[in-house]
Amino acid sequence: MRWETVIGLEIHVQLAAESKIFSGAPTRYGAEQNTQACTVDLGLPGVLPVLNARVVDMAITLGLALDAKIAPASIFARKNYFYPDLPKGYQISQYEEPIVADGRIEISLPSGETKTIGITRAHLEEDAGKSVHDAFPGYTAIDLNRAGTPLLEVVTEPDMRSPGEAVAYMRAMHALVRYLGICDGNMQEGSFRCDANVSVRPLGSDTFGTRAEIKNINSFRFVERAIEFEVERQIDLIESGGKVVQETRLYDPDKHETRSMRSKEDAHDYRYFPDPDLLPIVVSQSHIDTIRRALPELPWARRDRYVTEFALSIDDARTLAADRPLAEYFEALVQASGDPRQSANWLNGELAANLNRHGLGIEACPITPERLGALIKRIIDGTLSGNLAKQLFEALWNLEGEVDALIDQKGLRQLNDGDAVRALIAQVMEESPAQVAQYRAGKDKVFGYFVGQVMRRSQGKANPQQLNELLKEMLS
Amino acid sequence: MTNSVIPQTLAAQSAALAEGQFSSVELTQHYLERINRLDGQFNSFITVCPDFALAQAAEADRRRAAGENSPLLGIPYANKDIFCTKGINTTCASRMLAQWQAPYDATVVERLHAAGMVMLGKTNMDEFAMGSSNETSWFGPARNPWDTNRVPGGSSGGSAAAVAARLAPVATGTDTGGSIRQPAALCGVTGLKPTYGRVSRWGMIAFASSLDQGGPMALTAEDLALMLNAMAGADRRDATSIDRAPEDFMADLSKPLSGLKVGVPSEFMDAGLSPGIRACVDAATTTLQQLGAAIKEVSLPHAGVAVPAYYVVASAEASSNLSRYDGVRFGHRCENPVDLADLYSRSRAEGFGEEVKRRILVGTYVLSAGYYDAWYRKAQQLRRLIQQDFVAAFSGVDVLLGPTTPNTAFALGENVADPLTMYLSDIYTTGVNLAGLPGLSMPGGFVDGLPVGLQLIGNYFDERRILQVAHQFQQHTDWHSRMPVAAE
Repeated sequence: MRWETVIGLEIHVQLAAESKIFSGAPTRYGAEQNTQACTVDLGLPGVLPVLNARVVDMAITLGLALDAKIAPASIFARKNYFYPDLPKGYQISQYEEPIVADGRIEISLPSGETKTIGITRAHLEEDAGKSVHDAFPGYTAIDLNRAGTPLLEVVTEPDMRSPGEAVAYMRAMHALVRYLGICDGNMQEGSFRCDANVSVRPLGSDTFGTRAEIKNINSFRFVERAIEFEVERQIDLIESGGKVVQETRLYDPDKHETRSMRSKEDAHDYRYFPDPDLLPIVVSQSHIDTIRRALPELPWARRDRYVTEFALSIDDARTLAADRPLAEYFEALVQASGDPRQSANWLNGELAANLNRHGLGIEACPITPERLGALIKRIIDGTLSGNLAKQLFEALWNLEGEVDALIDQKGLRQLNDGDAVRALIAQVMEESPAQVAQYRAGKDKVFGYFVGQVMRRSQGKANPQQLNELLKEMLS
Repeated sequence: MTNSVIPQTLAAQSAALAEGQFSSVELTQHYLERINRLDGQFNSFITVCPDFALAQAAEADRRRAAGENSPLLGIPYANKDIFCTKGINTTCASRMLAQWQAPYDATVVERLHAAGMVMLGKTNMDEFAMGSSNETSWFGPARNPWDTNRVPGGSSGGSAAAVAARLAPVATGTDTGGSIRQPAALCGVTGLKPTYGRVSRWGMIAFASSLDQGGPMALTAEDLALMLNAMAGADRRDATSIDRAPEDFMADLSKPLSGLKVGVPSEFMDAGLSPGIRACVDAATTTLQQLGAAIKEVSLPHAGVAVPAYYVVASAEASSNLSRYDGVRFGHRCENPVDLADLYSRSRAEGFGEEVKRRILVGTYVLSAGYYDAWYRKAQQLRRLIQQDFVAAFSGVDVLLGPTTPNTAFALGENVADPLTMYLSDIYTTGVNLAGLPGLSMPGGFVDGLPVGLQLIGNYFDERRILQVAHQFQQHTDWHSRMPVAAE
């Protein structure tokens, strides 16, 4: 039998707010244990939560970018369960009325096609603390720095049909939240993590199979591998006469397997009810409009504009538009250079390679778009050959100073003086009569010899195109 | 200085302090001496803090010497042990918090201390404010100064007993289903539960968050108004506190009652009410009529479901609010837990008393999958109906008058084995909490030597009106100034 995979994802987006969702404590990552938690985060008797208005705006921002409905009044609920790193014995979350519902996002598949994934809902909630099991032998330690960190849980429809689609969706959402500036996207630090609901069904069936939920996957690669493993496990199970049970599973990247955490029967009864300490989040249409007006141009709009306005290929456009700082750099570069195509090539080529090699993001790029634009201008006006431009690029990367000054300082100006090049060619021809004879006898390969010789004598500065033309003329 | 020169009310003490008749330190010593001498019979305090109080009193005297003269400056008070106090234990009358100290002051405490009040100590109460008799306290029951074999009511029983026994001129209380008004009634003092949101809940240990409201307890309505002036006001740390322009709760006290329309809910006067208390309510309506008010019968059709709706909502919220007492970070922790489940179950089993456990169980049940709609959701629907009843009633009258409780103070131990009878002592008070309205209890007579409470219920944010009615009533009656023999 042929099987179809059905996947829905829940992504926990840690909102990039400076303070916690219900307290004024800082959200800094990596601080000394229990130094970023105040009385509210500790759940001391008598404390009360107060909503951080920033996180509401962030949720609305994402909702608008996902073309979703923003609830005019949404409420917080308590999700009750006992765990040592859950200080109050309940998590404040949203249940019956989330702030964002019914959105969509377009993803790009490896095949080059696009697909729209439905977003069921996105709701605000607080993170729990952390249990540390290996710090003190025989004890579990609790670090509450993370308790109360604002999260937005984004839940999709079961719209994905392969691990590849799941990864494409996760990448698209990752790019979007960073683009909107609502999440730093740091997956190692847990700022962006994912639960996957996975089921299989006979191809063509229109009912869903029983799903398993794989918890807490924190990399693109692991999402793909965890789902691949889980799909295979479920198919094997069904084909050998077994039944998939609804349960929560954990992916172990070291062993590349998923393991059962708890079955549906052991599932908590969370006893959700509206949190009486918090008023409904009331959002006016005018506030939504204000946030809408402040939205940046969204990546897909930007991508389409790059294709129509700059005549970029769809792939180049997508790459550049997916990351906001990169897109902003690109647009500044086009401004400075006047040439979108060259700008895209430099950005996706030499600059990307160097950033990569040095482990830098575009924000930390040592070359401003103005300087790189000036470099491109000097290519266009013939001052630099491609080769010289690469040398200049290295200089720009390592040294201060303006482009023209560096060209002179490094002696990188292209030799465009036809008479000077002719003189060099004549010199080489005089010293290489045998090669001249070979060429004239029809051995075209020898042409390269002359290019090399003249280039060397010009210290690499000869204009390659001009050199080609003049060589052909003089050798014929 | 003898007792006879110390007036009993806050207002009179305030005037005497301003005139320099005695100092705050002397006044504080007077009360500390009384507590020391008399509270053995009443057990109204869990903690007395003489050093803290005398230091505050000395500071108040310094402020007065520097020219300050505000009504609460240098006035001692008793603080219900549910309000967090930095440096002084806050126990909530539970073994769970028997040794606990908050690292911060409740907003109410901050405000009272900023106004110059002097905290004598922390008063006894039902454990986590769950109870109507003070018998659920881990520190033993407080006793009614009018008859120490009887309960003072609850949960603010210690505060009511302390004020009745003149161990403090005023006290703080909290009222979730009647916990200020019912003990005020049973001890013959005056107590106010403000409109929900009027007084900040920050630092007031939660029982049922949507119902809890702090308020003052005193001998007179005038003293309540003076206290409320300091206690009320929006607080950025409590999202449910309501941001309104500050008002002076003294403003209307002296206004006559002519033209006032007083509604008496027929449901509060039915067969469940003891005849002696009914007679007191009738007498009060006569007094108010003589003062110019018109009396009208009104109906609160859903009054009968207030107690069940209340116990569902309050227990649901309590079951969640009390989850934080898990033995992990603070509070009682069992000895040598073998694993996590053991840590939780024994810490909580040992730390909580029977009534608290009962409510956690009820609350957990009504929120459980499959029961939520039948219980919690239904109770919320009833809550809205109860609220609508009050709104309809207030369309025709200015205030409601009725009994605070169906009976006078019952004997210690009388209702312990029968929680349902105990719960019914809140039959006239819980609806007010479900609706979020202000309610006041004031002395209105005696039955067999035990005080009777009259309840005044106001419209939202109409505390000034019920304080005015109570003050005018107290200008023409003396029930509020009667003093139990045991306090002499």
